Amino acid sequence: MYEGAIQDLIDELGRLPGVGPKSAQRIAFHVLAADPTDVKRLAAALHRVKDLVRFCTTCFNVAESEQCRICRDPRRHDEAICVVEEPKDVVAIEKTGEFRGRYHVLGGAINPLEGVGPDNLKIRELMARLSSGEVKELILATDPNTEGEATATYLALLVKPMGLRVTRLASGLPVGGDLEYADEVTLGRAFEGRRVL
Amino acid sequence: MERHNGTVTGFRGRLFRDDAVVLRVQKLGESDRIITLLTRRHGRIRAVARGVRRTTSRFGGRLEPFGHVDVQFAEGRGSLHSISQVEGIALFGGGLMGDYPRYTAASAIAETAERLSPEEQEPSLRLFQLTLGALKALAAREHEAALVLDAYLLRAMAYAGWAPALRECAVCATPGPHRGFSVPAGGSVCSDCRPPGAANPGPPTLALMCALSEGDWTVADSSPVAVRREASGLVAAHLQWHLERALRSLPLVDRSRPAEPVVQTER
Repeated sequence: MYEGAIQDLIDELGRLPGVGPKSAQRIAFHVLAADPTDVKRLAAALHRVKDLVRFCTTCFNVAESEQCRICRDPRRHDEAICVVEEPKDVVAIEKTGEFRGRYHVLGGAINPLEGVGPDNLKIRELMARLSSGEVKELILATDPNTEGEATATYLALLVKPMGLRVTRLASGLPVGGDLEYADEVTLGRAFEGRRVL
Repeated sequence: MERHNGTVTGFRGRLFRDDAVVLRVQKLGESDRIITLLTRRHGRIRAVARGVRRTTSRFGGRLEPFGHVDVQFAEGRGSLHSISQVEGIALFGGGLMGDYPRYTAASAIAETAERLSPEEQEPSLRLFQLTLGALKALAAREHEAALVLDAYLLRAMAYAGWAPALRECAVCATPGPHRGFSVPAGGSVCSDCRPPGAANPGPPTLALMCALSEGDWTVADSSPVAVRREASGLVAAHLQWHLERALRSLPLVDRSRPAEPVVQTER
């Protein structure tokens, strides 16, 4: 146990996800030894993220104003909405440069074991966006795991009767992997989604 | 060196192998998961599966919920082991996640199995067989998901020693059927023992509950929707009374929608 400010910092750092007591201690002593300007910059960044960052009122991505950068961009088309679980998934898809439509962040996936049902996600807000009639395609880009697939199934059941094109991201073999190491679920999905060359 | 019970010891520490049903997965750190499994010989086990959230994981797909898998564990220092190898025996999750009512029913089955095995590594072969059988029945799609779930819950309660009295009075054991049903009293009650606030389920509801607990699927499959709803309500109330804490997944079980796979694959 240390005294005063250093112990307070270790305690606070130890509450962060993935930071154990030893890591918290190491980071705290790194901060103590660091240049005061760097520490002030870190403290200012922490303040700014809480003061400025909020959720976009349209798509629920992180934003610094009422709408996020993607929802404000007039060059993006409104005919397709890509549904993702978390804001970090928006960044992952944006890195591909393949999608020029809009996003909708659900805030998680349906997971009955954790008590997360459809009412805990931004599904009602998604339905409101789809009812405008502008959207022609809904791309379901939830995670390719059981919860993500079940969420996609639930959304498809809701949205299909509206006459929209509902698509799901393909699943299959990762680029750079060996076929012999693929598990049977992944390989089965790759077979299901095979395409004509 | 291999021992008779499937354990292997060597320079890496004790390894043991068992077949198991995956009950729950939880994220851990950057790319790991904590997997809760109900094993055939070792009861409920929590183990770390390292790197399974990476797209390059060699066995992440086999450790999705509801799968029946053959697992090799490396014993940890505490109660948390790690998973070193996995082979799929029957990966039910793949079929269940494309059918929302079956997915929610499977979640309730998994949560019940976890709650009925409070002690880690305490073998419970009957619960394992019951859980595996229920997931297999859900995946086979021969019966409605809600019926499979209620049959599982009734039999799981019997395993735990809380089977509701259905054919006799729960208080005085007078042979029935009786019209009253009281969860605190332990099931159906005769007119003499009936406590205030007891429910009045119709005779077909109690007949359905008997059929589900005994595996009479001809009666169960032909039961009307209203009777199924009433039976589900009684089963859920009875279970949660004895568990003392509500199941999170039970209110989210979808008992309304017909099963139909709708997600299309773009070619």
